[in-house]
Order: sequence, then structure tokens, then C-alpha cells
Amino acid sequence: MNAFLSDTRHLLIRHLRTTIRIPIWIAVTIIQPVIWLTLYGQLFRRVVEIPGFGAASYIQFLTPGVVIMTALFGSAWAGMGILEDLTDGVMDRMLATPVSRAALITARVLHASVTVTAQSIIILLFGMALGARIPGGLPGFAAILLMGALLGAGFSALSNGLALVTRREETLIAVINFFGLPLTFMSTAFMAADLMPGWIRRIAGANPVNWAVDASRQAMLGGNWSEVVKTCLMLLGFALVSVWISTQAFRAYRRSS
Amino acid sequence: MIAKAREITFTIMDAIVDAIVIENLSKTYANGVKAVDGVTLKIKQGEIFGLLGPNGAGKSTTVRMLTTLTAPSGGGAQVAGCDIARDPSGVRARIGYVAQASGVDKWATGRENLALQARLMRVPSAEVESRVTRLLQWVRLEEAAQRIVKTYSGGMKRRLDLAMGLVNDPGVLFLDEPTTGLDPETRAALWSDLIRLRKERNLTVLITTHYLDEADRLCDRLAIIDKGKVVVEGTPAELKALIRGDTVSLEVGEEAPRAVDLLRSVAGVLQTLQDGATVIARVEQGATALPVLITALEKSGVAVRSATLGRPSLDDVYMHHTGHRFTGEAAK
Repeated sequence: MNAFLSDTRHLLIRHLRTTIRIPIWIAVTIIQPVIWLTLYGQLFRRVVEIPGFGAASYIQFLTPGVVIMTALFGSAWAGMGILEDLTDGVMDRMLATPVSRAALITARVLHASVTVTAQSIIILLFGMALGARIPGGLPGFAAILLMGALLGAGFSALSNGLALVTRREETLIAVINFFGLPLTFMSTAFMAADLMPGWIRRIAGANPVNWAVDASRQAMLGGNWSEVVKTCLMLLGFALVSVWISTQAFRAYRRSS
Repeated sequence: MIAKAREITFTIMDAIVDAIVIENLSKTYANGVKAVDGVTLKIKQGEIFGLLGPNGAGKSTTVRMLTTLTAPSGGGAQVAGCDIARDPSGVRARIGYVAQASGVDKWATGRENLALQARLMRVPSAEVESRVTRLLQWVRLEEAAQRIVKTYSGGMKRRLDLAMGLVNDPGVLFLDEPTTGLDPETRAALWSDLIRLRKERNLTVLITTHYLDEADRLCDRLAIIDKGKVVVEGTPAELKALIRGDTVSLEVGEEAPRAVDLLRSVAGVLQTLQDGATVIARVEQGATALPVLITALEKSGVAVRSATLGRPSLDDVYMHHTGHRFTGEAAK
């Protein structure tokens, strides 16, 4: 257990160091959410006027949606990092050491959670600057970060698992392009649930992205805490199942090499 | 006194323990390819042992099994006293592994790479700093230590690889094709590093290579491996002594195919081979055979442009045991 924690720590430091050394990543991380918020904020500004939408300001409605959408896309690409390590021989070099096998996956999942949290903070602050308000206060702010981090952990684990099984960038890119936008649009990120067709609403009920968006909106308003806690537990379950899947993929990878 | 005691322990260990014992090791991949087919070898403590063979002979797969990266489909091995199947963690803690693909993190500095490797190798925290500094000096990378590896040259990266493999002070070091793709100068520098290493520590090195000169220069003993099987093993001198006679190379230009046929019927010729514009004949007595061979060719109208006479090389050893020649760049 000691070795697991210490290995995880040192590997996490390695991943974070790599991230901050790629300046384009930092630029995209900051600029992209800003574009989402201003662009979509302007584009869909008048949908709040649709009867039954149920929100007074679209930027208020949109901000948690963009936080969670960024958490999804920020973590879904995590598998690219493990593919780079496979090609460069870094993975083999590490597997020939006594390093904890679980730490190799855990560090990557935590890395996704940390970067997603950093992005979420930027988006929330920018959303507030554009007029979004957080009556839920600091607990609400923290709950949104937690939900983004858990969702990011889950999707980064799935992405790593897929990368280990397929070992091809092309497959990973195709799968993310295929699932990314549907997962976002089959949630209340951009549209109120009451205005969705019934069948989309039913799919959204099984969509972890939608759980996170809905509960983030609740946390922002600070009203329905029991719903927020329940969703946090569901997202934790989603993250744990995903991590389990990726460890199985890692085991299969080691057996087949 | 302590040094003396250690010396005695080493001699006793040397007498009893082989650093690597490989028994009937085999690997058949899921697609049915038999990469390694019953390899049995014993490698002594403190020895530089070479696995020599062309690409695809099964060298890398053998090393991957010995370093616990790939599970064998038959047979077994002990490395540094630990069984690769029963105690893989024990093996991992006691070995260094420098793979064909570099394996360094290009976004980290040389120092960061070494420090992380030291942590993963369970080097005590208090020792990490000093050990990393010492290794950086040893591979002459102190000045580049704070630079990101992406900016390193091929030779610098290879030296860092070597340092990474030594960070846990291993008993056995595996080097998989360490000089492939390096320029001659960098290769020579790496060779002298390896010789220095053996002199300074009682380290066992298992090196795979498809360079004959490398195996000849570096290895105390070597095994020639072909199609997953060990064809022959011994010291480079022993292997060369096994080959009878001398090698005569005759440059004949376009007539080479006809020259091979002509030489085959000359008395005293043991083996013939065409290598481009040159024919190679192995003969009992090089000095006496040379004029005979040239006369035989000239009489049939094949002009000989140059002739060289040599003692058997590892190339000849390889050819003798496998029936085919080293291909491509590996030939020289």
C-alpha cells in the first residue's frame, strides 16, 4: 500500500510536469472554455424566452454545462498519453521495475481529475464574470469541482482502457468523436430537460454527463443538497467501475505483450 | 577488512551462482509464431554475454521474457537468483533493462528521468539525489542534466538510457540492441562505457546485437541464435577456432555467379559463397590455395581484380552454423 501511494505520487508529478511543459495545452485550456461561454452564451441567449425553459439567464444555465462538457472532453483524450508511452518504450521500461501496476493507472486517472479541476475553476470564474451567479456559495462551487473531477476520472479511465486494448490512436480518435458530442447533447448542458423529446430525456437519465450537469446546476443554486450528494455517489460509482475496467484492460495488455 | 570479506563472498558466489540460468525457454505468440524455441543457456556472474542473430531471430523476445515483460509459453529461467515466473518482483528489483526503444520520458529532464526511475526502483529516498548526481557524472551528462530530453542527441539519450538501467545498482543488466542506429563514434563510446562498467562493478551484462564486430569486441561469451534456437555458444575465439581453414575473398565483378560454380569443383575448397561482386571460399590452407584458385578462375576466363586472405570471422562462424549469411547492414 505504501509503495502504491508513493508510486502514484511520483507518477502523478511526472504527468503534471509534462502537462505544464506543453504551452499549447495551457493556451487551449484557457481559451476554449472562454470561447464556449461567449459563443454559445450569445448564440442561444434567447432560448430562455421559450415558455417552460425555466431559467432567467442563459449564461447562468450554460456555465455548469460548459464545466461538465470540458471535463468530458478534457479527460476523454487521456488515452493518447498512454499510447505515447507505449510507442516510446516508457511503459516497458516502467513495467520492468517493481512499480505498483495499479499506480500506473491511478496516477493517470488522478492527473485527469487535477487538470479537469483547474479547467473547471477557470470556467466558473469566467462564467461569473459574464454574469452567472452562485447562490450555493463555496460549497456549491466545491461540489461542481468534485463532480467534474469524478466524471473526468471515469472518462480518463475508460479512455486509457480503450487505448490499452486497441493500441491505436485512430481508434481512440474515432470513438471520442463518435460518443463525445452525443453524450454532451443528450444531457441538459445546453437545453432544459422539460423541452427535450421524451426519448432523449430517457437516454439522458443513464448518461453520467447528464447526472453531473443536472447536479452541478443544483449545487450552483444551493437548493437541493440531497440530490447533489446522491449524484456525487453515483459519479463515484461510475469512476470506480471505469477504473476497474481500465485495470482489466491493463492486465490484458500485459498478458498479450 | 570488509572489502576483503566481500571479495571472498564474491568468489564463493561466483563458484556457486550463475547470474542467469535459462532452461528450455520458449515463446509462441497468439498468432502461432514461434519466436523462441527451447533456449537453454547459463550466464556467469560478471560476464558480458552476447546474443547474436539477425532481426527476428528471437533475441528481443528472449530478453523480454527474462525481464518479466512477456510470459514464457514453455520452460523457465532464474535471473539474479529469482525465478521469472514465481518471483517477478524479485527479478525486477535486481535487474537493469535498456530496451531497443529508448524508454526515456522526452518531456522530463535527464535528472528528473533518473530520479523517477530511482523512486520506482525503490532506491531509499535519502540516496536518490546523490545516486542520480553520480550517475549523471558517470555518463557525462551533468551539463545537460537540467535540459528536457527532447533536446538531447541520439548518443546523449542512449547514455541516459544506460544510466537509467544502472540506477538500482543491478546485478544483471539487459541491453537490447543498444547501438542500433547510432553513429560509429557514439557506438565506440558506448562500448568503452560498457567495458568500464564491467571493470568497476561485478556486473553481468546480457547484450543482444546483430553487429558481428560488436559481439566480437565486447563479449566474453556469446550464443548465436537463429529462428528462435541457440545454434552455437562459446567465446568468440572458441567459435572462430571451430571453423576449419581460412577465408579467401576474390573480387570478380559480374562473373561472380559463374566463379562460385567454378570454385566449388576445385580440390581443397570447403565452402563457397557469393557476396555481391565478390566470391568467398573457405579453404584448408589459405596461402597455398590462393594461387590455385586464381589460376582456376583465370583459366576459365574470369578476371580476378583483387584477393584477400583472412582468418575466420564471426561472420564465417554464423554462416557455417546457419547455412546463410548475415543480411543487409548486419553483414559488416
